Amino acid sequence: MLHNLFIGELAERLTKRQISSVELTRHLLSRIERLNPGLNVFITLTPERALKDAAAADARLAAGETGPLLGIPLIHKDIFCTDGVKTSCGSRMLDNFIAPYDATVVARLKGAGTVMLGKANMDEFAMGSSNETSYYGPVKNPWDTTKVPGGSSGGSAAATAARLAPFATGTDTGGSIRQPAALTGVTGLKPTYGRVSRYGMITFASSLDQAGVFARSASDAAAVLQVMAGFDPRDSTSIDAPVPDYSKALGTPLKGLKIGLLREFFEGLEPRNAALIEDALTVYTGLGAETREVSLPHLPLSVPTYYVVAPAECSSNLSRFDGVRFGHRCKDPKDLMDLYKRSRGEGFGAEVKRRIMTGTYVLSAGYFDAYYLKAQKARRMITDDFRTAFDKVDLVIGPTTPTPAFGLGAKINDPVLMYLNDIYTIGANLAGLPGVSIPCGFVDGLPMGLQLVGPHFAEAKLLNAAHQYQQATDWHRHAPRGYE
Amino acid sequence: MSNWEVVIGLEIHAQLATKSKIFSGSPTAYGAPPNTQADLVDLGFPGVLPVLNQRAVQMAVKFGLAIDASVAPRSVFARKNYFYPDLPKGYQISQYELPIVARGSLKVMLDDGTVKTIGITRAHLEEDAGKSLHEGLANATGIDLNRAGTPLLEIVSEPDMRSAKEAVAYMKKIHTLVRYLEICDGNMQEGSFRCDANVSVRPKGQEKFGTRAEIKNLNSFRFVEKAIQYEVARQVELIEGGGTVVQETRLYDSDKDETRSMRSKEEANDYRYFPDPDLLPVEIDAAFIASVRASLPELPDQKAARFAKDFALSAYDAGVLSASRELGAYFEAVIAGVGAGHAKLAANWVMGELSSALNRDNIDIENAKVDPKQLTGLLLRIVDATISGKIAKEVFEAMWSEGKPADAIIEAKGLRQITDAGAIEGVIDAVMAANPAQLADYRSGKDKLFGFFVGQVMKATGGKANPAQLNELLKSKLGGGNA
Repeated sequence: MLHNLFIGELAERLTKRQISSVELTRHLLSRIERLNPGLNVFITLTPERALKDAAAADARLAAGETGPLLGIPLIHKDIFCTDGVKTSCGSRMLDNFIAPYDATVVARLKGAGTVMLGKANMDEFAMGSSNETSYYGPVKNPWDTTKVPGGSSGGSAAATAARLAPFATGTDTGGSIRQPAALTGVTGLKPTYGRVSRYGMITFASSLDQAGVFARSASDAAAVLQVMAGFDPRDSTSIDAPVPDYSKALGTPLKGLKIGLLREFFEGLEPRNAALIEDALTVYTGLGAETREVSLPHLPLSVPTYYVVAPAECSSNLSRFDGVRFGHRCKDPKDLMDLYKRSRGEGFGAEVKRRIMTGTYVLSAGYFDAYYLKAQKARRMITDDFRTAFDKVDLVIGPTTPTPAFGLGAKINDPVLMYLNDIYTIGANLAGLPGVSIPCGFVDGLPMGLQLVGPHFAEAKLLNAAHQYQQATDWHRHAPRGYE
Repeated sequence: MSNWEVVIGLEIHAQLATKSKIFSGSPTAYGAPPNTQADLVDLGFPGVLPVLNQRAVQMAVKFGLAIDASVAPRSVFARKNYFYPDLPKGYQISQYELPIVARGSLKVMLDDGTVKTIGITRAHLEEDAGKSLHEGLANATGIDLNRAGTPLLEIVSEPDMRSAKEAVAYMKKIHTLVRYLEICDGNMQEGSFRCDANVSVRPKGQEKFGTRAEIKNLNSFRFVEKAIQYEVARQVELIEGGGTVVQETRLYDSDKDETRSMRSKEEANDYRYFPDPDLLPVEIDAAFIASVRASLPELPDQKAARFAKDFALSAYDAGVLSASRELGAYFEAVIAGVGAGHAKLAANWVMGELSSALNRDNIDIENAKVDPKQLTGLLLRIVDATISGKIAKEVFEAMWSEGKPADAIIEAKGLRQITDAGAIEGVIDAVMAANPAQLADYRSGKDKLFGFFVGQVMKATGGKANPAQLNELLKSKLGGGNA
């Protein structure tokens, strides 16, 4: 069936005119109509626009144009501004917000001829690890709808796993692509900070946010990254460095590749999870890679460091949501203070408020040095640890998450327990490093992820390592029951 | 009063004369209809990001070099967080711990002619906020974000000034400097140049500063002077009456000529400054500094020194004539016409008749109704003795109101000096004949009557007789030389 094909296969059929983009789009739209109610993947569906985009892509194809994403449908995380389409960021605050412009990521993918099916559900303002903080209700994990899909890009992950689209965009501030990719059994790539423009991506934590991709294979992710990556003069933190040919790098043999095993990642790891990682390492050594143990002594500081830095930035970034110019405004404010308090009080959910308050606190006079400055120092130490490790190895490998998908409601009332879900992923955000999570097996019938993290701008190397693994295994081909 | 020493520091906000805003591409022009010069970045829309305007950086560096400050190789934008409707993002992007310019100084000439050096702690880049509009809106406040994101250079002085007059002299000097550098239009009515004054008093001889009050948003030199004077008197009276000054922000009400408390230190916001993670640190290398240095114009002090030296002017005259680039240029254009040998004459006319006419009609020198070429034409007639200095003033007034060249007016009004000895002699003879008694008295030793005869001849010639010639001829005739 069309929905099981990979991007490369679809592109080939589209180019050869064996299928049309409209046909593919119709197929996926009807699939969405049938399957979405059980998953709650979408905040907004844009079928009319999708069919229009598809017809336009077909016209380009008919004119002889080719392109790896021309006519390929996608779903955008609802954090990316899409011109003329509601962009809610999973929040009541922006339930009425129609973005007046396209994010750079959206514009680039549009230019490549992709077809937008809709906007994916997500944790409110990307703050969450289970997709349960969304104003639009939790997304269900297609592998078991009593479980969470992970977060914050839960909708994008679940949609990709359920084969509602060949790929979806996501953002990763503290594991928000890799963790849900692991919990839903798909490939999730978080590029180097600065590799993909943040312009038009609603900001959570500026120094950590990075756009990336969910796909069903590393090879597909490479094709998408090719379009997304590159310097953007509208984002001062985007990096003006050449973009390599990611797909071309996929054929590189792994012989001699030095893989680092992070001691800190394996300490206390659940035995069945550890066994899957061991299996993956066996695959890699079989492919000619060498493994050696490396240590990131400051990595255990990641979660506390992150929960100072990210809330500090978010407390300021979310100040613009004040009920004055856009977004939710309370009814009949009696004065300015009332307007602010009620608009924000009503517009934001509990987790967002918790982080705004935490962030406000750590930036306050008298606490700034003890929290914010100290966290910046810890962040530097973690970054230095990675740098030292990458002097010895090409990339590091470990589990993406400590456990498979947990039950809906299981952790939502215990923020610390929830935050610990991201214990393996947050380090890469703090250090600005690229990371990819790929499916590596099952525990209790639920998918588990293998995480690969590389030095800055090592996406080609990471994707190739992931691709070689996927050539040797078929974990990434497993579909959840009912979504085959 | 005389037992108290006044301590003043100023924070001057100069709006940088960039075409577009500091972090967006919208224009900065003043006076457009509300919210027509604000793009998504200025409006703080979700997802948009700031991009630093390089011109603003250049201008800040220009200023830093002009005040002999150190330009930071690395400066950092920080966020100043507070909620206000005219602040779209809920934070102002400014510079906090690492400003672009630090440790400069400026020489200021005081009224008594002495020169005082005022320290400049720092100058940093920041964005302006929008405006709240209340007029014509019932039960509502309008927000105009045209000004939001306009680049400002905040120039913070050391507490080096000891009187309101010194503060004004310093502010005027900064005003001169930023216009020389063409980094600010200096328009105070439009708010392009404004200041906050930190004022405190302490008993003379005491080293420790008194508690200061900050007077916000003063937008004229006169208000700065009056507000400081009021505030000093208030603080002295308060302390002498047994009270204490509290640290607070005050507003100056120009209608009532008084300052009023706005908020105390306790009520002050905690701005939660932290480095803006959307912007990279500003890195400035030696090559950039060298290129900006090469673009610096002649600065006011340099110009004044050159005027004093090349044109043999007093320090005061040279200072006045270099107070603005335009005035200096006007003066130099006149010198080019009349020659450096007549610099004092040119200086007197530019500082005298020309300046008073400009002040009287309240117009800028660029729009003077007598341009440098026309003034040169007039001064040349003084130099070649066609008219006297006194007549020249009359001609100048006519030039100013009629817009005609000096020669045309001299001809039309018949103001040409009489330099024909025969004609002057004729008038002298007539005056002598008409005043026989005075002539006799003079000849019998009343030398003082000489002036009487000068006056009579001038009266008879309508003031046109060449004074030097008249003197000579009259002396000879009254002495009976030729009679």
